[in-house]
Amino acid sequence: MATTESDPTVKISIKDVFKIFGEQPERALELLKAGRTKPEIHAATGCTIAVNDASFDISAGEIFVIMGLSGSGKSTMLRLINRLIEPTSGAIEIAGRDVAQMSRSELVALRRNDVSMVFQSFALLPNRSVIDNAAFGLEIAGMEEAERKRRARTVLQAVGLEGYDDSRPDQLSGGMKQRVGLARALAGEPTVLLMDEAFSALDPLIRTEMQDELVRLQSEHSRTIVFVSHDIDEAMRIGDRICIMQNGEVVQVGTPDEIVLKPANDYVRSFFRNVDVSQVFRAGDIARKTQVTIIDRQGVSAAAALERMEHYDRDIAIILGRDKTYHGMVSRNSLIETTRDGASDPYRRAFLKDIEPIPAAESLSNVLGKVAASAFPVPVIDEANRYLGSISKSTLLETLDRTA
Amino acid sequence: MTFDIGDGVDSAVNYILDNFSPLLDLIAAVIGAVTNGIQTVLLATPMTLGIAIFVLLSLWRVGFGFALFTAASLWLVDHMGLWSAMMETLSLVLASTLVAMLIGLPLGIAMARSDRVAAIVRPILDLMQTMPAFVYLIPAAMFFGLGAVPGTIATVIFSMPPVVRLTNLGIRQVHVEFIEAGNAFGCTASQLLFKVQLPNALPSIMTGINQTIMLSLSMVVIASMIGAGGIGNTVLTGIQRLDVGTGFEGGIAVVILAVILDRITQSLGKERAGFCRLLFRRQAQQPTASAVTA
Repeated sequence: MATTESDPTVKISIKDVFKIFGEQPERALELLKAGRTKPEIHAATGCTIAVNDASFDISAGEIFVIMGLSGSGKSTMLRLINRLIEPTSGAIEIAGRDVAQMSRSELVALRRNDVSMVFQSFALLPNRSVIDNAAFGLEIAGMEEAERKRRARTVLQAVGLEGYDDSRPDQLSGGMKQRVGLARALAGEPTVLLMDEAFSALDPLIRTEMQDELVRLQSEHSRTIVFVSHDIDEAMRIGDRICIMQNGEVVQVGTPDEIVLKPANDYVRSFFRNVDVSQVFRAGDIARKTQVTIIDRQGVSAAAALERMEHYDRDIAIILGRDKTYHGMVSRNSLIETTRDGASDPYRRAFLKDIEPIPAAESLSNVLGKVAASAFPVPVIDEANRYLGSISKSTLLETLDRTA
Repeated sequence: MTFDIGDGVDSAVNYILDNFSPLLDLIAAVIGAVTNGIQTVLLATPMTLGIAIFVLLSLWRVGFGFALFTAASLWLVDHMGLWSAMMETLSLVLASTLVAMLIGLPLGIAMARSDRVAAIVRPILDLMQTMPAFVYLIPAAMFFGLGAVPGTIATVIFSMPPVVRLTNLGIRQVHVEFIEAGNAFGCTASQLLFKVQLPNALPSIMTGINQTIMLSLSMVVIASMIGAGGIGNTVLTGIQRLDVGTGFEGGIAVVILAVILDRITQSLGKERAGFCRLLFRRQAQQPTASAVTA
């Protein structure tokens, strides 16, 4: 993930950003850099630290979710990107240009052309009709009426809201309002879309529908989306990568899998308490290479394999090809039986018949039954038939228990 | 130990009179032109046409019942012989409200945009509102003589605070997410004001204008003491002669004008009501109904 300024895949680069609210931000920053704690700094200066030394990159075209509890600084972080909030120090680069250094007019141009925003409570202007709300950004940018209405109508269509052009926002349901909010944000064809808890105010069903809608829109026309959420299910569902913030600090940035599998601390772990892991995990995520593996080579006797199994006190072993492809699984008994007659190719005849390897992409909910029904740990393979590890009953229980 | 503040004020007023008389003349000329212009138009309007306009406005903005009230009460005013006095009063109210808005709206906007301006203006507004109205009749008469002009000016001073305060309040109360949305889509400061803040502050601003009109109506009666004319004269005559009947007639006419102005101006901040709404509602509500079921 290490990136340089010339990396073309990086769209937004956050570098050493601090945001301190209060009367004496400079002094608070000095104290903070001198290693003083937040309560000390608050007592000394009355300042609160909203974002504490954040640095991360957001790639072009990804849905990047910033997650955290309320007060974690995630909404502040989002507003630093289009400078609705002024950073205390640090650089926020969008396509290599530092937003923090922009003049007022450069900032206005950036907001009109490149970066738009969707709000939690929709923020539709109540005195405007749906179409005038959708065309708001274009109107501000000075586009003439016929053209901006045409474009607004096109985006309203794209978000699935036709025939409500002249309705007032208060006549729409929450989901429809946020479609207007989305249309307004998309009308200016921005390259970056900032979404502040955009779906949090919606009913669970509508929320899922809007998430799907966002993913669909993203598949049609890829933008860089920064999505703030406090809902881990939402983050897992739509996020390509997730950034977890705690008390103004970025504690972890990674793919949903990385966050679930290697949570940086208890705070991150705590998010998964209520997550249905069987939906989040794939077989490949929890497969462990704790089984004895034996590479099937000409001239290597099965006796050596048996000895290793005894040494590690294992009943089974995984037989692999030289290219790590999965060949089969043997048990100590089956191997002893086939070696006794001295015939060639002892492994192949010793393969346990009822063991079917599981593809890595299989969701855990599908894996549950197979592992439960099998007397042995079940091997997992990737799409190239390579062995990734095995899932035993105890691994499975541990995984499920993680969330308890 | 006593301070003689009164002497200081006296000499300040004299200083202004001696040194700023061209400015005072200019103000008098402008306000006089506005007041007299409105008065000329209103007095030239035939009574029946005047009543018809009020009744139609009531019908359009408020409703059928209120239109009936307007017709009946204006007929009563006419038969008390107070129609032209009422038009004089109305022209004073309109002129002073116009001036109060011209000064008050920008001032309210300035207060909303700057805490410092707000901190300076607020005590001045308090002073304008709480100082007994009679007190600034005296300097108004000294600066501008007797007649409609000082009456209008005294009325402006007395009635302006609500429109300033409620413009300020209205703009400050615009939801922060609307402001963020405006900024996020690249509004300049003036775009933010005209496309986001003022439209959303409109109900509050309209309430301020309504209050200003009401206050100016109460003040123009007092202003008749310096010759502003209108229904105030009738009331004043009633007081001077201890003639309860005349005073009551004048009072009734003021109340009628107040009720009509209040109801009509209150309706301006809201959606179209009453008779016309019945006509428009059916078409307007169709998309709403389908929006709910969709």
